Amino acid sequence: MNYLRQQLGSFVPVFRREIGAYYSTPMAYVFLAVFLLAIGMFTWEASSFFDTGTADLSPFFVWHPWLYMIFLPALAMRLWADETSAGTDELLLSLPLGMPGLVLGKLLAAWSVAGVGLLLTFPMWITVNFLGEPDNAAIILTYFVSFLMAGSYLSVGAAVSALTRSQVTAFVISVVIAFIFTAAGWPLVLSGVKSIFGAGFADLVAQFSFLSHFEAAQRGVLEFRAVLFFLGFMALWTILNGLWASRHRLG
Amino acid sequence: MLDIQKLVKSFGTKRAVRGLSFTVEKGTVLGFLGPNGAGKSTTMRMISGVLEPDSGDALIAGKSVVSQRREAQAALGYLPEGAPLYDDMTPPEFLAFMAAARSLPKSERKPAIERAIADSRISTVCGQRIGSLSKGYRRRVGLAGAILHDPPVLLLDEPTDGLDPNQKRAVRALIARMAPTKAIVISTHTLTEVPAMCTRAIVIDRGRIVADETPEGLRQLSPDGTLEGAFTKLTDQAEAESA
Repeated sequence: MNYLRQQLGSFVPVFRREIGAYYSTPMAYVFLAVFLLAIGMFTWEASSFFDTGTADLSPFFVWHPWLYMIFLPALAMRLWADETSAGTDELLLSLPLGMPGLVLGKLLAAWSVAGVGLLLTFPMWITVNFLGEPDNAAIILTYFVSFLMAGSYLSVGAAVSALTRSQVTAFVISVVIAFIFTAAGWPLVLSGVKSIFGAGFADLVAQFSFLSHFEAAQRGVLEFRAVLFFLGFMALWTILNGLWASRHRLG
Repeated sequence: MLDIQKLVKSFGTKRAVRGLSFTVEKGTVLGFLGPNGAGKSTTMRMISGVLEPDSGDALIAGKSVVSQRREAQAALGYLPEGAPLYDDMTPPEFLAFMAAARSLPKSERKPAIERAIADSRISTVCGQRIGSLSKGYRRRVGLAGAILHDPPVLLLDEPTDGLDPNQKRAVRALIARMAPTKAIVISTHTLTEVPAMCTRAIVIDRGRIVADETPEGLRQLSPDGTLEGAFTKLTDQAEAESA
């Protein structure tokens, strides 16, 4: 118990400091504004929200993985790279803080900003309720899985950010990794993999894709393995994040 | 208070610190001198628990920075080289973060922050973001962060760098006031600071101690009786020996 408190005691001060950094600078507001604009444009223009003829949010949710892939690395890129380039990592590492709390505090601060972005899409939900009678339980479930997926993208961005002092480098590498984990479930990619390596391998690749795991949730089905996948994915990258951040102590 | 035991650190093939040992008692203000690249900041980083030593240890108030890192760090106030700070915070916000990160009891936080602000004389800039402050004020905000929890051991890397003469005098007075109850290590390459602040001086070169004297004793090592002469002689000598 005491050990846990030592390791996680750093969570609250670090979380509050990161939330402050997001909201005391234009960062969070710019992110929220551009994210909402983009998701609105894709839903209405690219998916023709009003022309589908059914009162559901599938033309909205279908874009989540693709937008997260670009936007969430931008939110996470500063978490560690900024500390390293400003030299504040030295200050942070000289404080009696446990690494697990540090890593989780930073990740959850970014995740909560993404959560606010997701909550601010509520006009879409109001619109479908105004137009028809959607399955609101299914919509809430899809939102929930989408939020988990957002955390997974952020965990990649945060971990990669600990590897470099350049935010731009962190962003580019994170987008590439996020693209691999997204596109692995894309039919275009899967059919290519299938023709080269066979159907068994294509199935395996699809198992690691965000698209495949989000697909069932989009239909309003709560798949236990999808929840487990996203939680496991986050745990893995969070551990990598801790290891990579601890490397700073080696010089 | 502070017991440094055979610290060693290499970066690749470069041996930055080669078996440094010394102790600092309560009431001592130790000047930690050396040319650029001598291993001063690397040593400071190892003592503060930022860098892990390859071998050796540093005991801060009896706690090992290697095996009891958090306990050791809790007893230490550290001003890193260049006073890195969070630019988007105001000084009181920064100090509140430091107080929370150091797990000060909630009831003690406010008085501790007020005392640190008064001691480091930053009350006039409390409403500004740290990013907009001048170099001298930044350094003093960093100093306020280091003394916030009233630690028994203080480690200050270039605390008077970038300060004007009045500010330097204020910082010296603050250090003199804290000296009787603390062990203080000040890294500097401004030699005029040494007799003004320190009761003892260690000169290191290429990761080794080349002199451990009082400022007066150090002066007498030089042919011309100045600290600068002693510094040049000691560090040149080390260079000649290793060549």
